[in-house]
Amino acid sequence: MDEEIDTRKINNSFLRDHNYATEADIISTVEFNSTGELLATGDKGGRVVVFQREQESKNQPHRRGEYNVYSTFQSHEPEFDYLKSLEIEEKINKIRWLPQQNAAYFLLSTNDKTVKLWKISERDKRPEGYNLKDEEGRIRDPTTITTLRVPVLRPMDLMVEATPRRIFSNAHTYHINSISVNSDYETYMSTDDLRINLWNLEITNRSFNIVDIKPANMEELTEVITAAEFHPNQCNTFVYSSSKGSIRLCDMRTSALCDNHSKLFEEPEDPSNHSFFSEIISSISDVKFSHNGRYLMTRDYLTVKVWDINMESKPLETYQVHDYLRSKLCSLYENDCIFDKFECVWNGTDSVLMTGSYNNFFRMFDRNTKRDVTLEASRENSKPRAILKPRKVCVGGKRRKDEISVDSLDFSKKILHTAWHPNENIIAVAATNNLYIFQDKVN
Amino acid sequence: MAGAEGDDSLYPIAVLIDELRNEDVQLRLNSIKKLSTIALALGVERTRTELLPFLTDTIYDEDEVLLALAEQLGSFTVLVGGPEFVHCLLPPLESLATVEETVVRDKAVESLQKISQEHSPVDLEVHFVPLVKRLASGDWFTSRTSACGLFSVCYPRVSSTVKAEIRQHFRTLCSDDTPMVRRAASSKLGEFAKVLELDYVKSDIIPLFTALASDEQDSVRLLAVEAGVSIATLLPQEDLEDLVMPTLRQAAEDKSWRVRYMVADKFSELQKAVGPEITKNDLVPAFQNLLKDCEAEVRTAAANKVKVFCESLPEDSRETIIMTHILPCVKELVSDTNQHVKSALASVIMGLSTILGKDNTVEHLLPLFLVQLKDEYPEVRLNIISNLDCVNEVIGIRQLSQSLLPAIVELAEDAKWRVRLAIIEYMPLLAGQLGVEFFDEKLNSLCMAWLIDHVYAIREAATCNLMKLVEKFGAEWAQNTIVPKVLGMANDSNYLHRMTTLFCINALSEVCGQEITTKHMLPVVLKMSTDQVANVRFNVARCLQKIGPVLDSSALQADVKPVLEKLATDQDMDVKYFALEAISVLDLA
Repeated sequence: MDEEIDTRKINNSFLRDHNYATEADIISTVEFNSTGELLATGDKGGRVVVFQREQESKNQPHRRGEYNVYSTFQSHEPEFDYLKSLEIEEKINKIRWLPQQNAAYFLLSTNDKTVKLWKISERDKRPEGYNLKDEEGRIRDPTTITTLRVPVLRPMDLMVEATPRRIFSNAHTYHINSISVNSDYETYMSTDDLRINLWNLEITNRSFNIVDIKPANMEELTEVITAAEFHPNQCNTFVYSSSKGSIRLCDMRTSALCDNHSKLFEEPEDPSNHSFFSEIISSISDVKFSHNGRYLMTRDYLTVKVWDINMESKPLETYQVHDYLRSKLCSLYENDCIFDKFECVWNGTDSVLMTGSYNNFFRMFDRNTKRDVTLEASRENSKPRAILKPRKVCVGGKRRKDEISVDSLDFSKKILHTAWHPNENIIAVAATNNLYIFQDKVN
Repeated sequence: MAGAEGDDSLYPIAVLIDELRNEDVQLRLNSIKKLSTIALALGVERTRTELLPFLTDTIYDEDEVLLALAEQLGSFTVLVGGPEFVHCLLPPLESLATVEETVVRDKAVESLQKISQEHSPVDLEVHFVPLVKRLASGDWFTSRTSACGLFSVCYPRVSSTVKAEIRQHFRTLCSDDTPMVRRAASSKLGEFAKVLELDYVKSDIIPLFTALASDEQDSVRLLAVEAGVSIATLLPQEDLEDLVMPTLRQAAEDKSWRVRYMVADKFSELQKAVGPEITKNDLVPAFQNLLKDCEAEVRTAAANKVKVFCESLPEDSRETIIMTHILPCVKELVSDTNQHVKSALASVIMGLSTILGKDNTVEHLLPLFLVQLKDEYPEVRLNIISNLDCVNEVIGIRQLSQSLLPAIVELAEDAKWRVRLAIIEYMPLLAGQLGVEFFDEKLNSLCMAWLIDHVYAIREAATCNLMKLVEKFGAEWAQNTIVPKVLGMANDSNYLHRMTTLFCINALSEVCGQEITTKHMLPVVLKMSTDQVANVRFNVARCLQKIGPVLDSSALQADVKPVLEKLATDQDMDVKYFALEAISVLDLA
């Protein structure tokens, strides 16, 4: 496929009015389930919104692919830790879907401290008929009861319910940044700044610590864990990335505590490029295994890198996301943007990478053709059947038509979270409080 | 039953039926638990045609309701009209066997297993087997996992064609795409093998076992270990070497520590299943490796098995094997870097002395006990002390007393109160084995010191300990050694210590008998009734109530009654309450 021109917007997007958007509406995570039929978003207000893809219908074939709200629920509430005098935000940091096990859907959602397992199920029948009440709900005189009535189930309008099934709490001292479900369908891990814990999905009162990088003396702390993920099919392998730009691959077979990694992926720093900001911009904000498990993708502030898990010394490919910001690091440091945590995703065939930038721009890199494109998630091109046009940022003094200068980029409009349908060219892009869904041109 | 005009007996049943869908889970649960009452009132016909269809669709409910329902249906056969109609129970149980909650699914499978026995052979093939097949080929893995547990119950009672189908279904599930199903199949493999004809065990089960034991998922492989043990018990000795041992050997050296852990954990069962010859040739070296494993969890599991493994070695070569192969590994474990390994070893190592006899114990084991008694982790020392009785039988505890005492004293003063609590609990045992003389000399002061510990749980355990000591050493010993000290605390300036006196008296009065209680304890208790702290006063009332039955009736009337009457007019509410309670319990009103 070629995203450059063909990517068309045919979907509705879920826009909240800018003027009334509140902090709580900012989308903090986006995730497709394993079939792509459902898409979940979490926001800073602790809500989870699940979208379902419309089934194909004969009379409106083009509507195939439209995602509509399926279920909305409050996953997390603000809390207060009285022992530590800490406020715990309700913001949803991550959502991960579980493999489907019966007609219901299950997802894990987490804020800074607590992971919850939610069940989303449908109900289309309702029991009717009471013994002690009549049809209008009036109490009947007990003496008039001459026969027993067993309730009968009658069809009703489809109702979608979200119920909390498990609450995994009290295992993290620091802030949870990632959760990842193991390919054994039995366990998942939750990662905070210094530790990784392994949970059984059915057991909430016990978890096992598998990585602990907390130094005995906190003053010696030089590195934190920024993200972690299980291998897509080897249940014993996982990776975690650090604020120092390295990725460690661990094998749970060798020992119960995985403090000793089996592989360390790190690129030596180019001394000529060293600056005050080197360490900050080399911090990895996201790490993702490719679907086949062969490659790792990492995102740092300015680049996306692809690593072969058989080569630890340097990345296989490096893509510049917004190299024009290199000269602006100082002001990005001052407005804290340099600490933004951009995520990155693979397409279904591992041939294209996608990650976000500023000014509601997001980037795609085709690994085969080495072509890349900058696209914009905006209201103009969110109209049904609109086509996404590539955008360019100009660096020099002369600005051509359609180009935008680095200085006029809006740094408050950042695209941190994106998701790619597991096997089709449908993408979901969270631009602050708006969710855009774009699809490859149909027919 | 039904039909009578305004029948009063219908009302409670009507309530139960309505509450099946009450908003309150507890009420729904109550109703489900009385499902048999509802069914009885409805009669078999309506139960089959109305109640069961309704229940089949209630799978939206809370887990605990579903769990109760799954359990109830297992004993519902009579209520639907007996074995002839038992198949009516299949639809609701089938839907329960597909819910996501494992406990509910397992209970549904259990009930299905139960009612399968009530099916006639014909019904089994007409109704039950199709259900198993449906579950086995279900879209979702929950239904396929449930199917795994149902093959073994229907297999023995069906025709050979159906048997072949069942085997085929089981094979398919063993290579299912999802690890969940392979795990379920792996865990039921042993159970299924048991009901298969031996030829099929060899031709069908062995290949499945080998495949599951080399599955890519650790969690599947580790479950195959247990299946291997079951299969080994089924096969004749001469087939074990070829059919099972290669796979089990491979499991003992698996790359994943979790699989090796499982082997260590199941080692005694394995040993029993393969018999003495294979044990000598194969298991001994395997066990040595597990004891030296690089993962502490595996060493811990293996260390736990040291005693049982040694005990079950063939008698003719037991001592040589232990001395030349096992003991060297045990010696290394004593100074392991991991506390859990040492602690596991400490809990079983004493048991070796009975197997090895006096001389070997003194020469080889005693030094190890002494090292562990000085271990830096309290749990290790505690585990040694808690098993002293084994070694006492072989060499007598005196051999150890030199090192024992410092260890006990150190534990008795440990900063963690749970450690102190644990050692208190061993005191009566130690006292019994060390004798009264040694006790008075070395341990008595410790026991008294615990009475004024700053943690209540310790003080409480200490009083209980005193009672057990008196049971061992007798009332006379109590009167001479501990009663004076306990009563002395009644004058302590700390009211918590004064209360401890009362608690001790509560515990001791019965074992000390009427004379000591009346003569020595009662005056102190009565005196304390004027204590300025209300807590002490109401505990006096409670104490009097407790020791009352031990006292003779004259003392009760002359001494106890007036004091309680006075306390009954106390300013403090609680004192009054307990005084009045004591008066009524002791019948002094």
